[in-house]
Amino acid sequence: MANPLRREVRQLYKNLLHLGREYPQGADYFRKRLNSAFMKNKDVTDPKEIRKLVDCGEAVIKELGTLYYLREYSAMKKRFYEEELSAMLNMGRPTD
Amino acid sequence: MSRVLVGVKRVIDYAVKIRVKPDHSGVVTDGVKHSMNPFCEIAVEEAVKLKEKKFIKEVVAVSCGPTQVTETIRTALAMGCDRGIHVEVSGKDYEAMGPLQISKIFAALAKKEEASLVILGKQAIDDDCNQTGQMTAALLDWPQGTFASEVTIDGEKVKVVREIDGGLETIKISMPAVLTADLRLNTPRYATLPNIMKAKKKKIATMKPADLGVDMVSRVEVLRVDEPPTRLAGVKVETVDDLVAKLKANGTI
Repeated sequence: MANPLRREVRQLYKNLLHLGREYPQGADYFRKRLNSAFMKNKDVTDPKEIRKLVDCGEAVIKELGTLYYLREYSAMKKRFYEEELSAMLNMGRPTD
Repeated sequence: MSRVLVGVKRVIDYAVKIRVKPDHSGVVTDGVKHSMNPFCEIAVEEAVKLKEKKFIKEVVAVSCGPTQVTETIRTALAMGCDRGIHVEVSGKDYEAMGPLQISKIFAALAKKEEASLVILGKQAIDDDCNQTGQMTAALLDWPQGTFASEVTIDGEKVKVVREIDGGLETIKISMPAVLTADLRLNTPRYATLPNIMKAKKKKIATMKPADLGVDMVSRVEVLRVDEPPTRLAGVKVETVDDLVAKLKANGTI
């Protein structure tokens, strides 16, 4: 593996591991899946291939960020905007 | 137009199941996961966005409490704030700390730091007070744009679209001003590891409320904390006649 890529791959792993701590199904579950995903590709040597895999990993980071945001947003929405939701559901019905 | 103060509060994580202490004096916090109040995340994001758009030069993250709140300040720094201020409050003072004390601290800091804007979350998910922003503005005699779902800076004024019952209200207020962030203001960025590492170099200043001339005496005493009543299980009926009979027996019809 080319040296600069080695650093990138290692950093990617650390970043994903850090993000995985909040994973809904548990940090352990995430770590196992992360490790097996990286292990699966351990023999890849073509720099172009490695770059593609790293980009894939970066995309996963973005997805996780979005997942966490949506979870929090929808929890807040349910807790603080219930009247809004029921108002929306009652739209069109005659009021007393 | 240089500096924005952002308040961040360390609260029990929104996803944690809250338990009331056996003596009903409060909620169990020991060993419980804490994180930044979701509305504070939105406030930080807005401040950082304003800086990225070059409307302001510096974002200062402020939190009040014991040493642990520095973790929350670090998260704010990782999201893009330039430096932090930790106002040390611990023990009984921390337990009794509420919007009045916080707003006094923020008012003092806003003057000291010559802030153009103070941005806070609209409320904390642990006490649901929704008072700190309003009180801070009153103490400073500054205009306020609360429940902000959209903020636009226009010269020395701020246009704020506010979430109100029945819709949206657009107001224009002069700076310096206090804003409180509502849910739809923006999408907070997640603090990734590289940003957290970079933030370690940023400075967090420490001070005490007394340094700002603020007395922490509370006028409020918590008498008792209880869980909400458990929802009774629903009753299933076989036929419509049964339903009518049950409702009649209940006094509903």
